[in-house]
Amino acid sequence: MSSAAQKKSRRRSTRTGRRHPLATVALIAIGLLFTGGAYALFNSTSSGTEAVAASQDQVDRGSKLFSANCATCHGMNLQGTSAGPSLLGVGAAAVDFQVGTGRMPLQNTGPQAPEKPAQFTTEDTAALAAYVASIAPGPGLPEAEYLDGGGDATHGAELFRINCAMCHNVAGAGGALTEGKYAPSLTGVSAKHIYEAMVTGPQNMPVFNDANLTPEDKRDIITSLKYLEDNPSPGGIELGNLGPVAEGLFLWIFGLGTIVALTVWLTARSN
Amino acid sequence: MTTTTPETPTSTVQPGQVQPGTQGGAVGAISNYLDERTSISAVVKEFGRKIFPDHWSFMLGEVALYSFVVILISGSFLTFFFQASMAEVVYNGSYVPLKGLEMSAAMNSSLDISFDVRGGLLMRQVHHWAALLFIASIVLHMLRIYFTGAFRKPRELNWVIGFLLFVLAMGEGFTGYSLPDDLLSGNGLRIIDGLLKGIPVIGTWISYLLFGGEFPGTQIIGRLYTLHILLLPAIVVALIALHLVFVVVHKHTQYPGPGKTNNNVVGYPILPVYAAKAGGFFFIVFGVIMLMAAFFTINPIWNYGPYDPSPVSAGTQPDWYIGFADGALRLIPPGWEWTLGNYTFSLNVFLPVVVLGLFIVAVLLYPFFEGWVTGDKREHHLLDRPRNAPTRTAIGAAGITFYCGLFFAASSDLIATHFKMAMEHVIHILQFTTVIGPFIAFFIAKRICLALQKKDREIALHGFESGRIVRLPGGEYIEVHHQLDAYERWKLVSFNDYQPLMLRPNDRGEIKTSQRLRAAVSRWFFEDRIAPVTRTELEAAHSHGDHGDHGVVEAKDEAMGGAPHIRS
Ligand code: HEC
Ligand code: HEC
Ligand code: HEM
Repeated sequence: MSSAAQKKSRRRSTRTGRRHPLATVALIAIGLLFTGGAYALFNSTSSGTEAVAASQDQVDRGSKLFSANCATCHGMNLQGTSAGPSLLGVGAAAVDFQVGTGRMPLQNTGPQAPEKPAQFTTEDTAALAAYVASIAPGPGLPEAEYLDGGGDATHGAELFRINCAMCHNVAGAGGALTEGKYAPSLTGVSAKHIYEAMVTGPQNMPVFNDANLTPEDKRDIITSLKYLEDNPSPGGIELGNLGPVAEGLFLWIFGLGTIVALTVWLTARSN
Repeated sequence: MTTTTPETPTSTVQPGQVQPGTQGGAVGAISNYLDERTSISAVVKEFGRKIFPDHWSFMLGEVALYSFVVILISGSFLTFFFQASMAEVVYNGSYVPLKGLEMSAAMNSSLDISFDVRGGLLMRQVHHWAALLFIASIVLHMLRIYFTGAFRKPRELNWVIGFLLFVLAMGEGFTGYSLPDDLLSGNGLRIIDGLLKGIPVIGTWISYLLFGGEFPGTQIIGRLYTLHILLLPAIVVALIALHLVFVVVHKHTQYPGPGKTNNNVVGYPILPVYAAKAGGFFFIVFGVIMLMAAFFTINPIWNYGPYDPSPVSAGTQPDWYIGFADGALRLIPPGWEWTLGNYTFSLNVFLPVVVLGLFIVAVLLYPFFEGWVTGDKREHHLLDRPRNAPTRTAIGAAGITFYCGLFFAASSDLIATHFKMAMEHVIHILQFTTVIGPFIAFFIAKRICLALQKKDREIALHGFESGRIVRLPGGEYIEVHHQLDAYERWKLVSFNDYQPLMLRPNDRGEIKTSQRLRAAVSRWFFEDRIAPVTRTELEAAHSHGDHGDHGVVEAKDEAMGGAPHIRS
């Protein structure tokens, strides 16, 4: 009985990492109250916007790049068109994530904008981000201190299992959603992009703002993902971390295949 | 290849030619000592003279046997360190990303085995890979028995024993998979809990009984452990022993071939040739398992973390052999649920359970069904080539298709992501495969069998085309056909030919419904058939020598041919 009670309390304690229903309401209220400049202020204190203000040059360059590459879908004033959503208030983090992982500019429509090799240099990406953020502020680029992978891996792994594993699989190997959408594999994704994904919630991924997961929580999650990446499985080759299906397939093809081949060889007549 | 007992195709190997083991020295003294007290030599001699035919597919049962031995060895090692308790402890072992986390003692000890017991991880992986291999080889063994008709009289009971072993093996696998109390297996248990609760009326009670209260409770791991290491293995060992006794008593079957008849067995005597081979083969199987365990991760529980009812991971699947059950749950259309007053009837859970139950029972009863259809009471020690039993083979193909549809459904999410398809499409395709696929597979397999039989028949009668065209003195062109020699032809012409049972009134002149049913099923079974070549046909074909006319000699039975038939 006592251990059951313990389990319960443990469950409750893990809940703290989760979105409280009231938190959402409160957040919307706050969002409505502090619009515009107040929103920017709120944001810079809680989400860690890059302190360095973007130079005017950078914004100008971003503006040009944007009209040339993005405006057809997102509109000249970021207001959005039928081909793409409004980018007002998505912030530098969203642009850096979308452009940095090659998702934007979108090439062909599908259920989900796929990752592809990044189409822009780091400077151009930064310029685009600066431009979009200059029109209407939003979540900024994450600060380096949260990206160093020096957090608490245990806590991060637990948060990951609770908040992310249902879509991304416990080992971050990815998983299927409905209608051809999917949560991609997280191996090889940079710490910055992981952070930005959590802050901006690309496409079907929910937003994990700082009320859900504090920047320290995010740092822990990144730490645990990086731990998995840097420490190959102690058991040997991982078979894609896909779980029992991959193991079963491997067993039938390699294991049983080898054995059947050996039985054939053993019983083959020497003539 | 051992060639100490040369085997000639024309004569059966005589038992009794076996060289007894060396008699001198300490070994001789010890065996003498034992023999004088137990008369064991008679048994060994008798057993050693048993002949075991040589074919790769006859070794599949052995693969199962040897992987089971490996399971026993590695499993015993694991019991030294595993703690089957759900008491909460704080993990303090050497795997950093779990340090300081609360978890059950079972999970804690599994992690310790993986990271802090020397050789522990290797043993865990040996145990798990061997378990997967065990069940896979059982399935393949079973398919071999099925498609060659090795289950016919007198071996029906051994089929039943084998079937029980198959079910028990799945039970062993599932209980073992659940023991570490990690997130993945916890989700699996949750599904079992759901399945139980889906049973009308008594479901909830059964679930409470099994888990000792509300899921997950604090009991289940201990209970599964008792099943896993005590009860199930004891039954499995006993049944394997019985199974092997039956194999010895019945003698092994053999494929049709020259000199092989229903009344003999051609092959190597067990001692020394076969035993030596088998002993070597054990180490080969062991070696393959070791290789897999040493180089490939299996069930990385440290990734999954301890069980906690709230998180569910994407890509949660059971081990492959339970996949068909998981798949059935995924394929059932959503919303098949009715509420009646206070009760909910979850057909979406219960129906798959019923369908799978029926499928399993069908597998169990097939030998008796076929015996009833053919009305054949003879003993069969010669195997069928699958093509020579077209309807059986076709039923088997249908069963495999059904099973595979369910099996692949268990990985529908991975199919969707890896082949870039929408989840819904994957499910629809697999629903089609599972429901309509078996009929298509039946039809195709049967046609292929009949076509192969037809080809055999033609080759037996006319030999095969040599591609050499000869002009006769008269100006006529013929293609030279190579005739088979008697050995090769034997294989093609000697098989059982069943005809649909005739409806005959019994003594009192009545025809009972059961007889009608039996005649109808028998007609369905045997209406399309290719009769084996008879001696007269052969003589007729060969009396006018190699002739150019190599059209198919049709069997007398009108029913054969390429056109599809409407079955009743
Ligand atoms: C072919 C049309 C197209 C082009 C070109 C394009 N986008 Fe997009 N973009 C979209 C669509 C459609 C979405 C919405 C994707 C979704 O959510 O499924 C989107 C989403 C985004 C988002 C995420 C918005 C959010 O709410 O988080 C950002 C940021 C973005 N685009 C930036 C850019 C930038 C920067 C460029 C130019 C380099 C660009 N896009 C070019 C169509 C386009
Ligand atoms: C509801 C399902 C869902 C949950 C929960 C979720 N994600 Fe995602 N995630 C997605 C989807 C869908 C995408 C793909 C978005 C896209 O392609 O634009 C994604 C993309 C990402 C990416 C970008 C991957 C890449 O290859 O560029 C990262 C990083 C990421 N998620 C991290 C997380 C983390 C960390 C969490 C938990 C805090 C989380 N996600 C929770 C669905 C989810
Ligand atoms: C624990 C699992 C099993 C073990 C260890 C096992 C072992 C064996 C062995 C060693 C043989 C003799 C060699 C051979 O023909 O392959 C054999 C024969 C046989 N097995 Fe199994 N078996 C198992 C499961 C099954 C199952 C699931 C079935 C079918 C439902 C089955 C049915 C038979 C039959 C009918 C024979 C006689 C075959 C013949 O004489 O041709 N067995 N088994």
